[in-house]
Amino acid sequence: MGESKPRPRPPLPYNMRDVVLPGDAACPGCPIPMGWKVLSAVFGEKMILVIPASCSSVVVGAYPGNSLKASVVHVAFASAGAVASGITEALRRRGINDVQVIAWAGDGGTADIGMASLSGAAERNHDFIYIMYDNEAYMNTGIQRSSSTPYGAWTTTTPIIGKTEHKKDVAKIMIAHGVPYVATASVAYPHDFYAKLQRAKRIHGFKFIHLHAPCPVGWRFDPKYTARIARLAVETGLWVLYEYYDGKLRLSGPSRPYLDPSKRKPVEEYLKLQGRFKRLTPEKIEEIKKYVEWNWEWVKRHM
Amino acid sequence: MTAILEESRGGRILPLTGNYAVAMAAKMARVQVVAAYPITPQTSVIEKLSEYIEAGELEATMIRVESEHSALAATFGAAIAGARAFTATSSHGLLYMHEWVHWTGRARVPIVMAIVTRAIAPPWNIWPDHSDFYDQRDAGWVMGFAMDNQEAFDLTLQAFRISEDPRVYLPVMIGLEGFILGHTTMPVHIPDQEAVDEWLGPRRQGFVIDGSEPLAHGNLAWPEDTEEMFMDIHRAMMEAKSVIREVDEEYYRITGRRYGGLTQCIRCSDAKYVVSSMGAWSGDIMEAVEKLRGEGYPVGVLRFRFIRPFPEEDVAEHLAGKKLVVVFDRAISFGSMGQLFMETVAHLAKHTGKLPVLRNIVAGVGGVNVEWREFYELIKDSIDRFEEGGELEYFTWYHKARR
Repeated sequence: MGESKPRPRPPLPYNMRDVVLPGDAACPGCPIPMGWKVLSAVFGEKMILVIPASCSSVVVGAYPGNSLKASVVHVAFASAGAVASGITEALRRRGINDVQVIAWAGDGGTADIGMASLSGAAERNHDFIYIMYDNEAYMNTGIQRSSSTPYGAWTTTTPIIGKTEHKKDVAKIMIAHGVPYVATASVAYPHDFYAKLQRAKRIHGFKFIHLHAPCPVGWRFDPKYTARIARLAVETGLWVLYEYYDGKLRLSGPSRPYLDPSKRKPVEEYLKLQGRFKRLTPEKIEEIKKYVEWNWEWVKRHM
Repeated sequence: MTAILEESRGGRILPLTGNYAVAMAAKMARVQVVAAYPITPQTSVIEKLSEYIEAGELEATMIRVESEHSALAATFGAAIAGARAFTATSSHGLLYMHEWVHWTGRARVPIVMAIVTRAIAPPWNIWPDHSDFYDQRDAGWVMGFAMDNQEAFDLTLQAFRISEDPRVYLPVMIGLEGFILGHTTMPVHIPDQEAVDEWLGPRRQGFVIDGSEPLAHGNLAWPEDTEEMFMDIHRAMMEAKSVIREVDEEYYRITGRRYGGLTQCIRCSDAKYVVSSMGAWSGDIMEAVEKLRGEGYPVGVLRFRFIRPFPEEDVAEHLAGKKLVVVFDRAISFGSMGQLFMETVAHLAKHTGKLPVLRNIVAGVGGVNVEWREFYELIKDSIDRFEEGGELEYFTWYHKARR
């Protein structure tokens, strides 16, 4: 132990555990509490999470326990956007402006059954943050395909052939809504996610953050690799971190090198760690590579 | 007007449609958030509220949601966060939000919702019956139903008091038939705003989620805890009976109007035969009964103002010991009978070993118009055949082909 060297200051505040208490009901390696810790660092107790049916409904724990020291309103599956709209307007009416309303919904509750209420809330531009934590399938019911499941992935409802369609890109749909702020994020980059939440906090109106959240159970990987796999998604260029506001896309720091295709790791490195891609044929891997290129072209056009 | 206007208590009389009467009541309750989606025949309720808000007559936020499912979800959000919240819908809109009808009831969050009733498709049909309303019976809502526009106003206002009473803390829905009441203008007595403010008081609710303290609502619960929560809802519903009666009495203080609690029984005390009903056509039934009284028939009318909580005591008081009870239903549980009849008989059986002769007449389904003279014939025929010792059908679907 060196006696003179001061410990480096952690880049995130030390209050990640203020809100996220030990003893939640998450599986080992679950990305959900990873995301919540960053919320805790930004908002502390002063947030109301609106959670539709999802793994998160379970992760917070069973009555009378609660693993979050913040306010939580559980809601019916299709309704995160609508309930958050109502809470936001009631707080505004009551003159309460130091509490952040956050819709925290999975990909099913966002891209599928919750799409209409998300779209409605976005179009009405209610002043809250909608976070879609994307584990790319219906994990709570046991790994069924969602529209956000990527091409080729095994799920229990695409058990032999794998998914034959590409992922629905909800961030792009939100950009098309013309809301004040849209961003993508990843549980592997908490500083980036933290900065985006800080920016979202300062912007009035509807904010959407699409958080990539690898699920060890559903994606079939060792629970210790959650962050590694999330990072590989960025390093292979499969998941692009950006912010979109004032009519322009701004590539986030971690994704900047990968604008240059030669800097990207081969997608195989991401795919091979996950059991859900075990049966991918070379043709399907080529299709995934094409999708990556196509997505980056879209990114470049909007920068 | 059915209400007994015993003395003037100030206020003014306005010509209002049933829908405008409901909107006026919501305005006078000073609702803070309205989230609604238009559907015929509810539309003019939310149009009028939008007008109040945009004209600055009502300090509230209108959330113009993208569906009824979101309408009640957003209303719930506003209510749980401490706002007095209101919505209205009809028929398919109500069915579309049915998941949220259960959610809000089980959440114990005070909310008021008006149901401007309409038949359920297919076939497409915008005429009124009670099918949409009865479809919500098991969700933990207090459920009242108006007979005329005055009562639509009164019940809506009373609903806020009932819903926000600490003994209840349940959402309340108020039914009124589309078009028959919804779009028909009648004189409606409106009390003074100051009197309403004093009578209603500020928003009350069991718990508020507004970030002032960490609080979670709706967490996963084990079966035993879940059952206890639902038993509490049932207890609150039973408590709501006395609250409804109290509110009706206190409302008399500011309006001079009282209805008699959960039911209204006209000509019942010396009646040997009682006809039972809910909704606007009860007025036609009362007219038929008055004519029959004039002809010497000892007949009365038990009109249901509330079906949740079910007014079991009123049923016992007014129907036990009668010779004949005829229940008119404007809806049917396919494969069974009319809902009001089923519930009336089930509760009556608890209180009397000797049931009256019972008859259920389902009519007016799909919005078929039934006139007072038809009620007169149906009631007279029932009594005459009963007195002649003839066989009365237990269940009849009274139907007229389209002319």
